[in-house]
Amino acid sequence: MLPMSYYLVLGAVIFGVGVLGVLIRRNALVIFMSIELMLNAVNLTFITLSRYLESLHGQVYVFFVMTVAAAEVAVGLAIIMLIYRNWGTANIDDINLMKW
Amino acid sequence: MHEYVWLIPLFPVLGVLINGLLGHILPKKVIGPIACIAVGLSAILSTMIFFEVKALPPESRILNDVVSYTWMAAGNFSVDIGFLVDPLSLVMLLVVCWVSLLIHIYSIGYMHGDPGYARYFTELNLFVFFMLILVSSNNFLMMFVGWEGVGLCSYLLIGFWYEKKSATDAGNKAFIVNRIGDFGFLLGIFGIFFFTGTLNFQEVFAKAPSTFAYGGLEITLITLALFLGATGKSAQVPLYTWLPDAMEGPTPVSALIHAATMVTAGVYMVARMNVLFMMAPISLMIVGIIGAITAIYAATIGMTQFDIKRVLAYSTVSQLGYMFLACGVGAFSIGIFHLMTHAFFKALLFMGAGSVMHALAGELDMRKMGDLRKHMPHTYRTFLIGTLAIAGIPPLAGFFSKDEILYKAFSAESTVWETGGVILWAIGLTAALITAFYMFRAVFMTFYGKSRVDHHVAEHLHESPPVMTTPLWILAILSIIGGWVGIPWIESLNLFPQWLEPVMKGKAVVSQLTGGIPAHAVHHSLSFELMMALVSVIVAAIGIFIAYKLYIKNPELPERLTYGRFFPVYHLVLDKYRIDELYDRLFVKPTLWLSDKLLWKVVDDKIIDGTVNGVADLAKGWGNWTQRLQTGYVQNYALMIVIGVVLIFSFVIFLN
Amino acid sequence: MELFLFIVIGGITLISSFFVVFQRSPLYSALFLILTFLSMAGLYLVLGAEFVAIIQVIVYAGAVMVLFLFVIMLLNLDNEKREWMTKHIQQKYFGVIVVAVLVPLIGLGISTPLLYSKSQLGAPGTYSPQIAEQVSNTAAVASLLFTDYILPFEITSVLLLVTMVGVVYLARRVKKQSLPGK
Repeated sequence: MLPMSYYLVLGAVIFGVGVLGVLIRRNALVIFMSIELMLNAVNLTFITLSRYLESLHGQVYVFFVMTVAAAEVAVGLAIIMLIYRNWGTANIDDINLMKW
Repeated sequence: MHEYVWLIPLFPVLGVLINGLLGHILPKKVIGPIACIAVGLSAILSTMIFFEVKALPPESRILNDVVSYTWMAAGNFSVDIGFLVDPLSLVMLLVVCWVSLLIHIYSIGYMHGDPGYARYFTELNLFVFFMLILVSSNNFLMMFVGWEGVGLCSYLLIGFWYEKKSATDAGNKAFIVNRIGDFGFLLGIFGIFFFTGTLNFQEVFAKAPSTFAYGGLEITLITLALFLGATGKSAQVPLYTWLPDAMEGPTPVSALIHAATMVTAGVYMVARMNVLFMMAPISLMIVGIIGAITAIYAATIGMTQFDIKRVLAYSTVSQLGYMFLACGVGAFSIGIFHLMTHAFFKALLFMGAGSVMHALAGELDMRKMGDLRKHMPHTYRTFLIGTLAIAGIPPLAGFFSKDEILYKAFSAESTVWETGGVILWAIGLTAALITAFYMFRAVFMTFYGKSRVDHHVAEHLHESPPVMTTPLWILAILSIIGGWVGIPWIESLNLFPQWLEPVMKGKAVVSQLTGGIPAHAVHHSLSFELMMALVSVIVAAIGIFIAYKLYIKNPELPERLTYGRFFPVYHLVLDKYRIDELYDRLFVKPTLWLSDKLLWKVVDDKIIDGTVNGVADLAKGWGNWTQRLQTGYVQNYALMIVIGVVLIFSFVIFLN
Repeated sequence: MELFLFIVIGGITLISSFFVVFQRSPLYSALFLILTFLSMAGLYLVLGAEFVAIIQVIVYAGAVMVLFLFVIMLLNLDNEKREWMTKHIQQKYFGVIVVAVLVPLIGLGISTPLLYSKSQLGAPGTYSPQIAEQVSNTAAVASLLFTDYILPFEITSVLLLVTMVGVVYLARRVKKQSLPGK
């Protein structure tokens, strides 16, 4: 059995890639995908710990995370649709209503 | 019964609450009676307590700490809310309650139709509350609360018709001048606390003989500071200037606050502190001198005034001078006696003047009156009774008290001046002459002679309603019989000083300190006393006679005299010795100049505004700089969040 | 064997996730995301979570990604312009730096205590490898889901319903939009 840290470090790196995507990409869709990446990285951590701690609870949690992620994607994509309809773009740099 | 003494000030507070909070809803028919009932209950209760205490033997009539609970405590300093029931406070309670009640009833008629009806009765009740606190407290601080409270109510009621500039100015003047006196009073309280460590009257008086040296510097300064407070509140030289101006208020207010009760607070305070004052002969002498000066000084001004209320105001100042004169020669109980009789006849006179004003549509100038006695028989008769009383004609109230003051002054051997008492007596006697003169001048000008009333006004001449004349008559009766409780020549009828005897411990303290030498060694025979009384009656009669000559027989003579040789003197007195102008030059103008040029233009504009604006500019600049953080780009915010996560993570990992 | 699988599948996951982020075309990003999800499912299989792996393939790689692709198609998105490295350049640099710090931190944080002392994590659970041999993973997860987690499970169904209503509301066609902005 591989040491647990292999999987955990892999999860951390994928999480970091997701964070980087959120921080530097400008396309709202891609940012959304990056968020999915982060969620997956966390799921991987859950599964890993579930295995090494010999407990099924982690897997059940992943199940819930997936459900919530699916719901979130549905709502988020609907919002992106709306934004595109109104601004004609999905580029979040062009949407700066919060600017002073 | 006496343990319910706290209810006495409480009733007027209930009146304040009802009229103050609901006054705009309640009908006028209810407002006045509520205020009267509130004061009436206090009056009844104080009377009941009076009879209860009267039944006690004289030694046990001082009931200290009747109701007491700690108001504030810090270290070994503690002040109680406590009441003192003793002969002196009972006299004051009775006078304040009953005179207030009569004036409240009178006000129902007098203030009828005034838009500020509810406000008037609220403030009047509030005044009674503070006055009762002042006279019934058992410590300095609570007395000071009442002291300031009556000052506040005085201010409110002088400026009652606040749309009149002169009224608000007079209110401000009264308040500011009183501040000077209050400053002195407060200093005195500080001094007492510094040396004795307590503020309770009885404890202070008990500690005073062992704490202070007889005639020492400390006690002299303390008593002088206290007396400064008294001169402010009781309108003595040099702080008297506010009282004549205070006549801008409604006349019942003048009667209640500026004649019968509040202005006598200073006399009450000095009498209450008689132990302290007796221990400081120099202060006592100053009290007497100030009293005498005020008595004659105000009386001379009273001779020349034409405004009937101002005549009465100066008369009040003068009579207060008498009271201090009595205190100054050590006859504190006689001072209080005069306080009581004065409360009766001066309230009567003011309310009579108010009744005249009421009939003449607010006219105050006596030159536009005359021959009113036929139109206003009740007012005329009661006013005449009051005038006789103040002039000192036996057997009316004023005679006994005033004559006794003069006698005490004559027989007092001032410890500083050998013949000081005689001088004070001479001044007092002269003032009595002038008093009789100007009071009858007022009567003759108002009620006798030819009518000089305006035609329009003359058509509506009418006697005041019974709600106003009834209190007048009650006070008139009191002005007649009020003095009979203190007939000095017959021991068994000289009740008033005997009643106050338990409070007046000053004499005993002094004789104990100075080795048994009594303060007043001189004792004249009864025939001498009667002679003295005769002298003062004759003097009063002379005053009346002169007034009769000048204003009934030869009405044009006064004018001739004033335009003749006496022109400069007359005008100096008519202008009230130009003291107001002097104060204006000395104090008001420099203060205004300083406020305008330094405090406003430099301190306020530059320093305070500069600081405020500087702070605002700083915040603005900071905001200008930091608003750049708000880029509006969501990713920037996300970056901040991640930085925060990194920081928290580092903290958890590296610092744990 | 496991190490080999980990290197191959984990490597595919890592590289494809990089391509998700560093692709200028949203379509390619989406395709690489599918690859990431699939390989992640492989990792789950390696870790013995068959049920979750299947769900991953069906829900993520299937449903969610179809949604993404639909939106990309509907919006007809262009590639991101080259300017993405010039505009807000500080944001990019800062992002890279922060993530470069964050990843080692997370790695350090989650791995160090677990590496050396398994005892710190407390007693092992009831799902030991022996039991995993006997009971199928799906059955085990299901029994847990429908007993201990029945309330969250039901709530999740409500969540999905709410989501559906919300999405239908958001995406409906409204005539004459008058929103601020453009």
